[in-house]
Amino acid sequence: MEDLSKLKRSILRRKLKNYFFLTLSFLTAVYGLVWLFWILFDVSLNGIKHINLSLFLEDPAPPGVEGGGLRHAFIGHTIITGLAVLMGVPVGVGAGIFFTEYGSNSRFIQFLRNITDSMVSLPSIIIGTVVYAIMVKPVGHFFGLSGSVALALLMLPVISVTTAQILKLVPKELKEAAYALGAYKWQVIKDVVLVAARRGILTGIILGVARIAGETAPLLFTSFNNNFTTFNIFEPMASLTVTIFIYVTGPYEDWHNKAWAASFILTVGTLLLFILVKILGRQKT
Amino acid sequence: MDGINRLKDKIIDKVAFFVLIVFGVFVGLVFPLITLVSLYKESHLAFEKFGFIGFIMGTVWDPVREIFGGLPAIVGTLISTFIASLIAIPICIGIATFIAELSPKKLKPIFSTAVELLGAIPSIIYGLWGFFVISPLMADYVEPFLQDTFLDIPILGRLVDGAPTGIDVLTSSFVLSIMIIPFMASVVKDAFEMTPPLLKEAGYGMGATKWEVIKDIVIPYAFPGIVGGAILSVGRALGETMAIAFLTGNVHQIPKSLLDQYTTITVAIANEFTEAHTDIYLSSLFALAFILFLMSFFLLILSKFLIFKRLEKKWKTSLS
Repeated sequence: MEDLSKLKRSILRRKLKNYFFLTLSFLTAVYGLVWLFWILFDVSLNGIKHINLSLFLEDPAPPGVEGGGLRHAFIGHTIITGLAVLMGVPVGVGAGIFFTEYGSNSRFIQFLRNITDSMVSLPSIIIGTVVYAIMVKPVGHFFGLSGSVALALLMLPVISVTTAQILKLVPKELKEAAYALGAYKWQVIKDVVLVAARRGILTGIILGVARIAGETAPLLFTSFNNNFTTFNIFEPMASLTVTIFIYVTGPYEDWHNKAWAASFILTVGTLLLFILVKILGRQKT
Repeated sequence: MDGINRLKDKIIDKVAFFVLIVFGVFVGLVFPLITLVSLYKESHLAFEKFGFIGFIMGTVWDPVREIFGGLPAIVGTLISTFIASLIAIPICIGIATFIAELSPKKLKPIFSTAVELLGAIPSIIYGLWGFFVISPLMADYVEPFLQDTFLDIPILGRLVDGAPTGIDVLTSSFVLSIMIIPFMASVVKDAFEMTPPLLKEAGYGMGATKWEVIKDIVIPYAFPGIVGGAILSVGRALGETMAIAFLTGNVHQIPKSLLDQYTTITVAIANEFTEAHTDIYLSSLFALAFILFLMSFFLLILSKFLIFKRLEKKWKTSLS
């Protein structure tokens, strides 16, 4: 009799423990969502309020004077990111192809891949300092192109690692069939491998772009900032992220408002890229 | 005619190979070497003047007298990373458990997308939001509350000593913890989902509760994934700059309380790099960058060759 009640109690205890931990797990999920929605809510609430036409069409007013816009930062950001993509994507995809298609068993390539893997999580501010050392210091002043180079270097490992992973999934039979027809390696890569893996590679590219589009740290000591619109990549160039960095710590209410507005646009932009990745990924499966 | 085409194809083949090998070597060897060499070269002056050990152990950071010691920033980086990971790791395990084991099938993609979205938000946004929203909340409500509760208790009291400004170790580590959640949670979730259903069903067959199956089957099975995810998020926290750039106060002192202002390697570099007018100042900042590079590289090597291999082996042998 006593045994039975002991057993019952033990079962009850286990059940309670079960409910306790499952509830805890549920609460952590809620915890994660709370922050996501809180951030998105605040950024939208404070950002949308301050979006108007002059934000996109005007250069900033002198410090302390209300009005003006962030045209210089929008243009600069687009140029810097665009050039980074133009430089980073071909090299990154090319390296990914090299890692998988030219003997992925060779020691040397294994070695290169391992190093590349570890470069993926290199802190982005370090890339900023490195590009400062190799480009800005010799030239003597900050300039837009160096910012693009920093961002391109940042996305290289990401793109080449994802490309290499995707290319590994291309069935060997497809390639062998092409070789059997007498195709050269470059033809196999161009017409078989890249065609079969194009969606995956595109996903990797967008992921890389999403990673650099919101970066600040590599731009602080490279493209730096400029209070005027410039199309000259050999001059300091403003970007949205660096502008936010400067405006947040500034003393003017108007700067804070503009920082919120810029943050809203930046957040929407990167989240859209991210959702695009999700959609592309889903179609594949 | 055919012969010429053949020759053309052959040349293109060689050119393509050459271009790709150049790209591959650039990404996998030249770029890492440039990083290493330029950091080493630029930080040389500081290490020469203060000595490598002297720089790492130096506690004074005084641009005016040109004395630079990296210890406060290094300790600051370690403390904020430690606290952020301490908060984030259990929460990530909880979130991964929820997504992989508890949530209804239809809601699964929604939850995992939401967690990943948290990771897609640029870190400067975390910085701005932390500065304008979280920091005032901490200063006005959370920190006074902590002080009321803990200040009279002997050891804990010292941890919450100081003026509650909202710009301190606590706030910055907290914002950092939110920002590293998605990186670890998605790795752990993937590891959980790899657990063979057969093993779990065997557990349920024995009459185990859901929690017991998770604790005794899923978590041990996914342990390498949990460790990998944790290391990933620690690496993320080490190198994060913009999320905490406004929240540390950038004061070069070793914090004695959670409410002290302090600095980290990344924050010091971000705030002072463009203002460093003397060679030794700039070189000292490069020295900090070099140390950060070594720290994050060491962490990766650790995860890649040591922990992963050993755990994987252990986990394979225990199964067979």
